[in-house]
Amino acid sequence: MHARATILPLTLDRLTYARGGETLIDGISATIGPSSRTVVLGPNGAGKSLLLRLCHGLIAPTNGAVRWAGADAFGRQDVARRQAMVFQRPVLLRRSALANITYALSLQGRLGRSERPARARDALASVGLAHVAERPARVLSGGEQQRLAIARAAALKPDVLFLDEPTASLDPGACRAIEDAIRAIDAAGTKIIMTTHDLGQARRLADEVLFLCRGRLMEHTPAGEFFERPRTPQAAAFLRGDIVG
Amino acid sequence: MRLFETTRRAVMAAAMGAAIWGFAAPAGAQTTEKPFITVASTTSTEQSGLFKHLLPQFTEKTGIEVRVVAVGTGQALKIGERGDADVVFVHARSAEEDFVAKGFGVGRSDVMYNDFVLVGPKSDPAGVKGSRDAVKALQAIAGKKAPFVSRGDDSGTHKAELDLWKLAALDPKAGGNWYRETGSGMGPALNTAAGMDAYILADRGTWLSFKNRGDLAILVEGDDRLFNQYGIILVNPARHAHVKEKEARAFIDWVISPEGQAAIASYRIEGEQLFFPNASKKGA
Amino acid sequence: MQGFDEALAAAWRLIVTGDTALVEIAALSLKVSLTAVFCAALIGLPLGAALALARFPGRGAVIVVINALMGLPPVVAGLLVYLLLSRAGPLGPYGLLFTPTAMVIAQTLLVTPIIAALTRQVVADLWTEYSEQLTSLGAGRLRAVPTLLWDARFSLVTAILAGLGRAMAEVGAILVVGGNIDGVTRTMTTAIALETSKGDLPLALGLGIVLLVIVLVINAAAHLFGATARRAAG
Repeated sequence: MHARATILPLTLDRLTYARGGETLIDGISATIGPSSRTVVLGPNGAGKSLLLRLCHGLIAPTNGAVRWAGADAFGRQDVARRQAMVFQRPVLLRRSALANITYALSLQGRLGRSERPARARDALASVGLAHVAERPARVLSGGEQQRLAIARAAALKPDVLFLDEPTASLDPGACRAIEDAIRAIDAAGTKIIMTTHDLGQARRLADEVLFLCRGRLMEHTPAGEFFERPRTPQAAAFLRGDIVG
Repeated sequence: MRLFETTRRAVMAAAMGAAIWGFAAPAGAQTTEKPFITVASTTSTEQSGLFKHLLPQFTEKTGIEVRVVAVGTGQALKIGERGDADVVFVHARSAEEDFVAKGFGVGRSDVMYNDFVLVGPKSDPAGVKGSRDAVKALQAIAGKKAPFVSRGDDSGTHKAELDLWKLAALDPKAGGNWYRETGSGMGPALNTAAGMDAYILADRGTWLSFKNRGDLAILVEGDDRLFNQYGIILVNPARHAHVKEKEARAFIDWVISPEGQAAIASYRIEGEQLFFPNASKKGA
Repeated sequence: MQGFDEALAAAWRLIVTGDTALVEIAALSLKVSLTAVFCAALIGLPLGAALALARFPGRGAVIVVINALMGLPPVVAGLLVYLLLSRAGPLGPYGLLFTPTAMVIAQTLLVTPIIAALTRQVVADLWTEYSEQLTSLGAGRLRAVPTLLWDARFSLVTAILAGLGRAMAEVGAILVVGGNIDGVTRTMTTAIALETSKGDLPLALGLGIVLLVIVLVINAAAHLFGATARRAAG
């Protein structure tokens, strides 16, 4: 399944990020392998989104490093082009759904101009949006916009796909469509690293869990173990639904 | 130097855009389009309508188009000095002679004259109506501190007005705010005077064709010192090689020829002759 | 308001008789101003977008200068271009003074700062929304410029219309560099200035009304076109 060369594993080495004198990500070290779906969990303000942005190279760490296949990769285009990210509030360009995807493909530069539309249509079909290909992206519904954002990321066939709260503020039907899309992308060979605040979703999708609290990595365990036998009191409280700070 | 670079690019882009839109290519275009000359002249000649009457006759005869840039005499001479016109056609004798003496122009000729009139409100607070003595009239206006509008723009008319104040041995600017300099052309100054019921020195041509007279009327006229001579000068081709000497000379020669002089004499507004040709009296 | 009645009558007469001089003058006005706005957009849009994205020392100063240049008095712009194009000036040999081309250059100088400044603001706002997504997709700042300009196109139409408004309305710059030559460089605004100084206030105001109508038609057309395109593009 993971036949081609990959930039994984992802290694976080004492990763730290501070802003305005406040340490928001505090010395996180972890190695995330190529298989399995990784879900980052934690209470609000734990630093989940920030961690994804640091891993994706959108922001530079204050200290420590993000390594892909062993190399410090911040700012490296070749590594960046093998990742994709779906944001909590996707930014779709003011053009058709199809053009949103071909635009991303042209930036990636892996496919020739003539091959892009076919790839884009495949991606749209895979999230059930083939019928809106020519429609302006901005007039799609919230769920459709999020699926389009996922299709756009998936069309790039990245080694790693980051998803930041992909189903926040969507209705259950839309959530299910998105979870299906995530499983399909995983099945096609892309490593999934995502955050969610929806514990049900985490149980459905996670193979392993990174549990963050106040910028620290509290647990990095297989999903079954995390949900059954959390090791830290913070994780236990979080799973009970208590407010953890 | 970013700003300079931007400006330079703006100019280039503008020129390119202009070429695409089909504006006449400026350089070397004379061969394909109708030959033309540029004449820097005064607002008084343009706004009196004289050029509209005169120029078509010349263009029909010679095929040369005349483009008139109408500004104050001071600015017209400056345009000639910088070589931006082929001919200067103005009315400020001493400034014109100075222009020639400095080598900016060659061969000044008298063309015609008209006269200035002292215009003022019909109520005439200074009591100058009917007088033929412009200097005494100004003294009366200053004595009453009646509002007086001056062009204040270094034009031929402004220079003539200042000469009259000198003859009256008065410094109008010294005596309070009844004397107002507008720093504008004849028309705008007349608009101001009409709005304030003020006295003003105007050239007869502009006055006759001026429509927004309000309560103003001619009060003093016919004084020899209100005489207003126009001259025409070729911009010195030795200084500015691009001056179209042949066409420009053709225009000057026509204007001072019997035919051109007759054309000037025949221009009338409401039956009144505006300009009196006198080219036979050759000047400097 | 007797003067106003006369002005309306004059405007009506000018329009219904299709006065050929008026048509010529109006056409030249449009041609000059549209060309100038086109050139200004060509410079101002990428310049504004670049200023929104680029980070370099002195950037703040450049932005302040461009914002301030929005208030550049037309006469000053005219004088600068006059000195540049005058026979005694650096571009004198091209003989551009007192031509429509000179007027285009002067108006380009006036309009470019408006388009650049407004574009910078619009694009900077859009960039805060788009920066992470575009960076994630692998678009560098340079590559982001055309994308942002395209996505901001509806807001930028307003910037361009603001520029066109300035160009169509100004008289100071084109009077100096065009010379208001009858049949060559006489535009709506210089004709209005001329009629005002001839004291023919009704005709001047009538011409003003005609100019207003032209500008109104352009803006209405842009609005309708924009509304349609916006519906189509979401």
